[in-house]
Amino acid sequence: MIPLAYPIALSALLFTIRIVGVMIRRNAIMMFMCVELMLNAANIAFIAFARSLGQMDGQVFVFFVITVAAAEVAVGLSLLVAIFRTRGSIEVDDLHDLRR
Amino acid sequence: MARKHSGEMVALMNLEALVFIFVGGVALAAAIAMVVTRNMVHSALFMVVVFLATAVLYLVYQAPLIAMLQITVYAGGIMVLFLFVIMLIGAEKMTHTENLRWQRPLAFGLMAALLVETIYIAIGQIKPPDPVAVGPEFGGPKAVGPVLFSQYLLPFELTSILLLVAMIGAVVLTIRREKTR
Repeated sequence: MIPLAYPIALSALLFTIRIVGVMIRRNAIMMFMCVELMLNAANIAFIAFARSLGQMDGQVFVFFVITVAAAEVAVGLSLLVAIFRTRGSIEVDDLHDLRR
Repeated sequence: MARKHSGEMVALMNLEALVFIFVGGVALAAAIAMVVTRNMVHSALFMVVVFLATAVLYLVYQAPLIAMLQITVYAGGIMVLFLFVIMLIGAEKMTHTENLRWQRPLAFGLMAALLVETIYIAIGQIKPPDPVAVGPEFGGPKAVGPVLFSQYLLPFELTSILLLVAMIGAVVLTIRREKTR
């Protein structure tokens, strides 16, 4: 079996790339996609630990994470559509009403 | 006989390692491309590549059920939703606005710090438990089902409420109300 450190490191690398994506992109959909993939990166660690410990619980947790991600996408994207309808833009820099 | 068996084990392990390296490399490359590209549709398609690569990785770690769920829910459902909204809004091309100049260097600095920290913990701090041998049943529906429906029954039922709330929320948020005075 592959040593446990490798999947954990891969998971960490993927997670970090997505954090950078959230920080350097100003487009709300792009940021949202990056957040989704952060969950995905965490799932890799769950699966690797489940196999390493020989227990099902990690896989069951991934099941729940996938469900929550799906619900999150549905609500998040409809929020973005609503924002686009009222403001005509989904660049987060354009949404600065509270600063006035 | 024993030597032949251990030889097979080593070959299997090498194959596993090869698949892991290849798939992990594809996932990393696609993730970087996804963040770097300026076209949102390309970005979404790179995301599909990441999802598929991750599904193969799940197969390496004996989670066939989760791998199939990943492909159907993420690559099937969520991606269609993303592409649909991107095209509905017409935001394929990202405009380049940079109001905060110091933000990008700061992002890369924080990335380096986080990376060093997590890799250090992954390599140095985690004491890997002795690998447990598992049967071919591990990770199949037959193994996941009993755990999901007995030990995790309450979270499972709560998930259904969550999905219902998400469904109602999506409908309420996107419904176009007639202007009433």
